Amino acid sequence: MTTQRVTLAHGSGGRMTQQLIQQVFGARFANPILDRMNDAALLSSVEGGRLAFSIDGHVVSPLFFPGGSIGDIAVYGTVNDLAMMGARPLWLAASFIIEEGLPLKDLRRIAEDMAQAAARAGVLLVAGDTKVVERGKGDGVYVSVAGVGVVPEGVHIDAAHARPGDAVLINAPIAAHGMTIMTLREGLNFDADLQSDAAPLNGIVADLLAAAPHVHAMRDATRGGLATALNELAQASQVGILIREEAIPVHEAARSVCALLGLDPLYVANEGVFVAVVPPEEAERALTALRAHPLGRSARLIGHVTDAHVGKVVLETALGAKRIVPMLSGNLLPRIC
Amino acid sequence: MQFVEAFRDPALAKQLIAEIHALVGDRALAFMEFCGGHTHAIMQFGIRQLMPPHLRLLSGPGCPVCVTSQRDIDQAIALSQVPDVVLATFGDMVRVPGTSFTLQEAAAEGADVRIVYSPLDAVEYAREHPEKQVVFLGVGFETTAPGVAASILTAHAQGVQNYTVFSMHKYTPPGMRAILDAGEVRLDGVLGPGHVSAIIGLNGWRFLPEEYGMPVVVAGFEPVDILLAIRDLARLAVQGQARAENAYNRSVVPEGNPAALRIMQQVFEEADADWRGFGVIPRSGMAIRPAYRAYDAQARFALPEVPSREPPGCRCGDVLRGVIEPPECPLFGKACTPDRPKGPCMVSDEGACSAFYLYQTPIA
Repeated sequence: MTTQRVTLAHGSGGRMTQQLIQQVFGARFANPILDRMNDAALLSSVEGGRLAFSIDGHVVSPLFFPGGSIGDIAVYGTVNDLAMMGARPLWLAASFIIEEGLPLKDLRRIAEDMAQAAARAGVLLVAGDTKVVERGKGDGVYVSVAGVGVVPEGVHIDAAHARPGDAVLINAPIAAHGMTIMTLREGLNFDADLQSDAAPLNGIVADLLAAAPHVHAMRDATRGGLATALNELAQASQVGILIREEAIPVHEAARSVCALLGLDPLYVANEGVFVAVVPPEEAERALTALRAHPLGRSARLIGHVTDAHVGKVVLETALGAKRIVPMLSGNLLPRIC
Repeated sequence: MQFVEAFRDPALAKQLIAEIHALVGDRALAFMEFCGGHTHAIMQFGIRQLMPPHLRLLSGPGCPVCVTSQRDIDQAIALSQVPDVVLATFGDMVRVPGTSFTLQEAAAEGADVRIVYSPLDAVEYAREHPEKQVVFLGVGFETTAPGVAASILTAHAQGVQNYTVFSMHKYTPPGMRAILDAGEVRLDGVLGPGHVSAIIGLNGWRFLPEEYGMPVVVAGFEPVDILLAIRDLARLAVQGQARAENAYNRSVVPEGNPAALRIMQQVFEEADADWRGFGVIPRSGMAIRPAYRAYDAQARFALPEVPSREPPGCRCGDVLRGVIEPPECPLFGKACTPDRPKGPCMVSDEGACSAFYLYQTPIA
């Protein structure tokens, strides 16, 4: 291709579209299923398990940030959603809505990031689509990824399965991803050691399930942060959740930026953090398994499920007082004063 | 970050709580925290639950968005709808309900409203877009005003001619005086606002002991900061000593920040201002001086007389004067929630109503 930017011609469906797909995506994602370039991917039958199916759209701006890119989180987002059901992620399909004028080198870089992320997660990209919209009608590129995984027999993980007495575990410190994006987007130049925590969680989840097969529920703490994930679990399971402020690991640099901007780390988005709700008799084994994995070195027991304050999450503050942690309302906006 | 850790130390906090209990015992005392940021911190850390049984903490009017009058809000929204105007504002303002709708809704209908972290961003935008009229909504007390003043001086120095400020800035001491002069609430002490005091200094609060016999302790915003100040205030109140003390000496000194005060005074002068909940408080507002008229949105734009009406049933005014607590407002938690707010006290991050709503104590 002689052009350096994506043009409307690349979206026409003709020769230039074919070239774009081959040269940007085909070369990086080669596998027997994708290589056939059929209208649909033919997948093998899946033995001994239920299918899990998920989709995530990614509209992050900027496209590239410390610790990753839209490519990474597009793959990990869907991989992690499948992993949260105890599924082994297998196949991904990706849709790219590209804004006219996006530099081809950016698109190649995103594709490269996706290929590496897919390899890290052990999944195959088997289907894809590209469209091009006029300049001004997009934001660089939007990437949507759907994914299929298989949940082994005997695994019954569901947001509604939390029970009073269950232990609530977290694998890693919160707030790094959201604060990385926010400081970049707003052009705030903090001298902080901040980068996204984007990571595939299926490996650590597999280790967790091997040690603690009766995990009741899991949730990744993406948009809306840890507070939102816990509230969703509390509501789905119709239980209360009590967490201890002292026990929640917060990324050091992110905490400082939050304090400066008046934001609560509990509501900041993450891309490599999840909570697991496990029966009390498996809690210790579960924690050990998490800590043995690179993505779980800072894993902590942060609280318990109760039958009090049903549907609500309560925080025991460092001072010993208790207060309710509500769902995020509206957007995260900083203070005036 | 060492300061944050040290001032959140649970062991130290528990010790201070014990000292407060020892000092106060069963006495009935009422302290007002002037600053909405303090109300939020107090609620967030659950400090009220840990206080002696008859020590009341009252929330004051230190929420700049909350004390902005309905008329000012309506005029800000009207400004956003003037062709070629780009309205730049701090985040809190966009969701405050005007008589008809919010700034955010005006933006959805096509008004150009941008959230900025600093007024200097608005000046830069104005410089880069000479075809637009950039209006910055100046809301805030002495903490924010010097920065806004600096933005006007910067615009002046750079020859930017399309930047103006709609000043709704207010001075804090007149608000505190208005509460005490009204005599509606009985107070034994005031928790002084930490960030305002970083600008006006501890000296800015000496009028409280000197003219009202009221003790005041300036406080920071971490749990240990607040507990330390409450302890010091309790000691003064119990001993009947009317003094001004500084418990936030890593940020506040007696004379404040002279450079900031100088800039503020260079650009702004005292004017009467309309405070939600108080009516007009004489010489409590910051008007842009005639020398900087070219940067005054009220001089550049003929602001329409909008028929302003406060939301029916809303008791923000009573909350701001410390007369009621948010749950006593009939709209609280029912017709008025952070998702569907009726008044600014439920919208603003400094508002007492949003603090009470967001950080509720569990019943069980």
